Amino acid sequence: MISRDQATRRSTLIIAALALVGALIFTSLVLLSSHVPPLAAYKLIFLGAFSTPTRISDMVMLASPLLLCSCGLTLTFAAGLYNLGIEGQVALGAVAAMIPLRLLPNLPPPLLWALAFAFGAAGGALWAMLVAGLRIKLQVNEIFAGLGLNFLASGIALYLVLGPWRRLGQASSSGTEPLPADVWLPTLGTLRVAPAAPVIALIILALIWVAVTRTRWGLELRAVGLNPQAAGRMGIPAARRLAESLAACGALAGIAGAIQILAVFHQLIPSISSGMGLLALLVVLLVQASPIWVLPIAAAFAIFTTGSLQMSVALGADSSIAGVLQGALVLFALLARGLSGRR
Amino acid sequence: MEVSVHNLTKTFGTLRANDGVSLRFAGGQIHGVLGENGAGKSTLMKLLSGFLRPDSGEILLDTKPVALGEPGAALRAGVGMVHQEPLDVPGFNALENLLCAAPRWALPTRTEARNTLIVLAGRLGFSITPDDPISALTVGQRQQLEIIRLLACGARTLILDEPTTGITAAQARSLFVALRHLADEGNTILFVSHKLDEVAAICNTVSVLRSGQVVGEGQMPMPQPQERLLKMMFGSGVDHVPSPASRLLPPASCLPPPASRLLPPASCLPPPASRLPSPAPSPLAWQLEGIAAREGNLTLTGLNLDIPAGVVVGLAGLEGSGQKILLRLLCGHLRPSSGRLRLAGADMANTTPATFRQGGVEYLPADRLIEGLVGPLTLTEHFALLQSDGAIINRNVAEAKARDAITGYNIKATPDSTIQSLSGGNQQRAMLAMIPDTTRALVCEQPTRGLDVASARAIWGRLMARRDAGCALVFATADLDEILDYSDYVLVFFAGRISQLIPRAELSASRLAELIGGVGFESADGVAKANLQ
Repeated sequence: MISRDQATRRSTLIIAALALVGALIFTSLVLLSSHVPPLAAYKLIFLGAFSTPTRISDMVMLASPLLLCSCGLTLTFAAGLYNLGIEGQVALGAVAAMIPLRLLPNLPPPLLWALAFAFGAAGGALWAMLVAGLRIKLQVNEIFAGLGLNFLASGIALYLVLGPWRRLGQASSSGTEPLPADVWLPTLGTLRVAPAAPVIALIILALIWVAVTRTRWGLELRAVGLNPQAAGRMGIPAARRLAESLAACGALAGIAGAIQILAVFHQLIPSISSGMGLLALLVVLLVQASPIWVLPIAAAFAIFTTGSLQMSVALGADSSIAGVLQGALVLFALLARGLSGRR
Repeated sequence: MEVSVHNLTKTFGTLRANDGVSLRFAGGQIHGVLGENGAGKSTLMKLLSGFLRPDSGEILLDTKPVALGEPGAALRAGVGMVHQEPLDVPGFNALENLLCAAPRWALPTRTEARNTLIVLAGRLGFSITPDDPISALTVGQRQQLEIIRLLACGARTLILDEPTTGITAAQARSLFVALRHLADEGNTILFVSHKLDEVAAICNTVSVLRSGQVVGEGQMPMPQPQERLLKMMFGSGVDHVPSPASRLLPPASCLPPPASRLLPPASCLPPPASRLPSPAPSPLAWQLEGIAAREGNLTLTGLNLDIPAGVVVGLAGLEGSGQKILLRLLCGHLRPSSGRLRLAGADMANTTPATFRQGGVEYLPADRLIEGLVGPLTLTEHFALLQSDGAIINRNVAEAKARDAITGYNIKATPDSTIQSLSGGNQQRAMLAMIPDTTRALVCEQPTRGLDVASARAIWGRLMARRDAGCALVFATADLDEILDYSDYVLVFFAGRISQLIPRAELSASRLAELIGGVGFESADGVAKANLQ
């Protein structure tokens, strides 16, 4: 909401440039050390995602839930919380989204989708409220509470896959029985992209942007995150705002989980979040809770990840190089910020 | 062991914490070191115990110059310091603390450490056994353990910094017996305190520091008359006006001649009672009945206090004597462990600070950027936070309010300046500007801390305007002049005890200094029957 003065904007740009250059140098060194030509690799990483319509649609389907998780984390980050429990919140959202899909398969699909999203949001929010309760009532740091609950959540997902929701006749850890195709979110032709997913993600991004920059609630979140004591002195219910930010983040993570079920995997698999929550954490660490940057960074990360998937075929290198680049970006951004802060 | 310092100087920035201090502490004696807050006592003791290095000057142990770079070196040379807050590991037991904090040569084995602990505790009459967990020990016992540790490591000079803060009277007595015993064995004891009666009770000599320098002829044999020591501690402010420039009240036109300042003429500074509406009793802001509260190692008990609206109550006393507990009680940040607190007649049991705030109490903390304001947010954002209605921020309204505050309170900033980019005085003015008009009671902790004279005057102008509008104002400060200049009533704190409300007009500067030093504190209850109802 505040027009930051030019100097801060310039220093932000310098930090971003430094981070990008540092990350590219670092990633190039990693590539060179494993005898992969860096230019060819970067061509894949940056442009590979746009090479075919299939890849573009894969990228969009990765970016959408990533965007949702990043939106949620923007709120907890603004409130000064490191919600590492987001992985579990995605998983629980996916589990909860499965409930109406399994119990009421005969409902008309639009109603079923709405129910699945509502259940997903509720499941994620509920799981996040556990973190909030541990943090506020029992003074358990949200990082540890979240990590512990992540294990529990993936345990629940695995139990359901192998136990009550197992495929008929066989228990396989690869996943539950796939959902009937008529409850999948509709896709564009034969492509895997379901337009509803990016649309939902973008609408929520806009809502989060308004909430953080225009509403008093968002400003209060930031005040609580920056200085809970002073915020309390000024009459802001700090504990309540912390809980609300976690619940909202959990709900968005749960919606991301529901998208994973309805539009990506079409079944519950044990690793339903596929590390997306942690990737979103990197996105938010990079943008520091300023919502306008969430979209470009989340999209860029999705592009890197999708593009690098072709590395093993094209260059005989592992696709995890996208992770190296993403991690290096965050690391160098933090480094540059730290250095400019020290000056 | 004789300890002496020669021309010791230590500066922090522009502050000369110790300025050419020369003193000699003979072995086999207990030496008192007196001074008010910031006089340089702690700096001197930290220089002696190796926590700080002097900028210039010498430290001599048994007439040999030594360089004490760090606490370990000081302890090897035989000087050990007992800190106000014992520095121990809470998860360990007494023996483990002794072992982990002692160098290997001092206590080579666990058995030896156990024996040393038992022997020393027995010799000094301390009630500690090796297997006591630290968490179960009182502050007094942890202090005893620290003394045992220092002795086991070969200390022959012990420095005790305000050792009786937070320990019981019985523990203080047994500490004094042990200190006397250690002195008789030839050890040197430096006893840092602001409690005159304790210094009188056990010290052989006394030295007074003020503004980093030794006052008067240096070390003096005890006993000394209390008035003399007080005058030395608090300096000229006790018997004449230090600098009229720093006064806001009384106005310069009727500044009394220095000698008569002790009793301001009625025409200049009317006694507060006459300013209260006399027939109708003044409404009460706070009523405290039999309140007990504890924070850290300090407890306030039996607190009965009525604070009326429209007066300024100054809390005087050395830092950490309990003022902060009362301030935090009054704004709901600390809950009393017993007793009843009423705010404008309403019982405040089981409430939160938010309830106090809704009841019109505003708290202005001393740490402006820690408890007061959100440093990285701008002035406009702060006013947006204080908007009471509407989910969407009306940025124009907030910015207009910020502009009003900037002109009205003379804040050097723009609406888009972050709070942390402002100077201390501007931060304080911003905090004042954000006080809602509905405020009926203000609780200020050191309202002018770190401000220059002009800023301080401006702040007090604002605070007095609030008082005149009927707001109750309770403030704590370490500055005696501030207490005397602005208070209608004064409450003096001494080691967790509180005087009655003393009308300012009945309190002279020298009497205030005595009370702060604990002299005649018991009889202070009778000084003034502040009958306010």
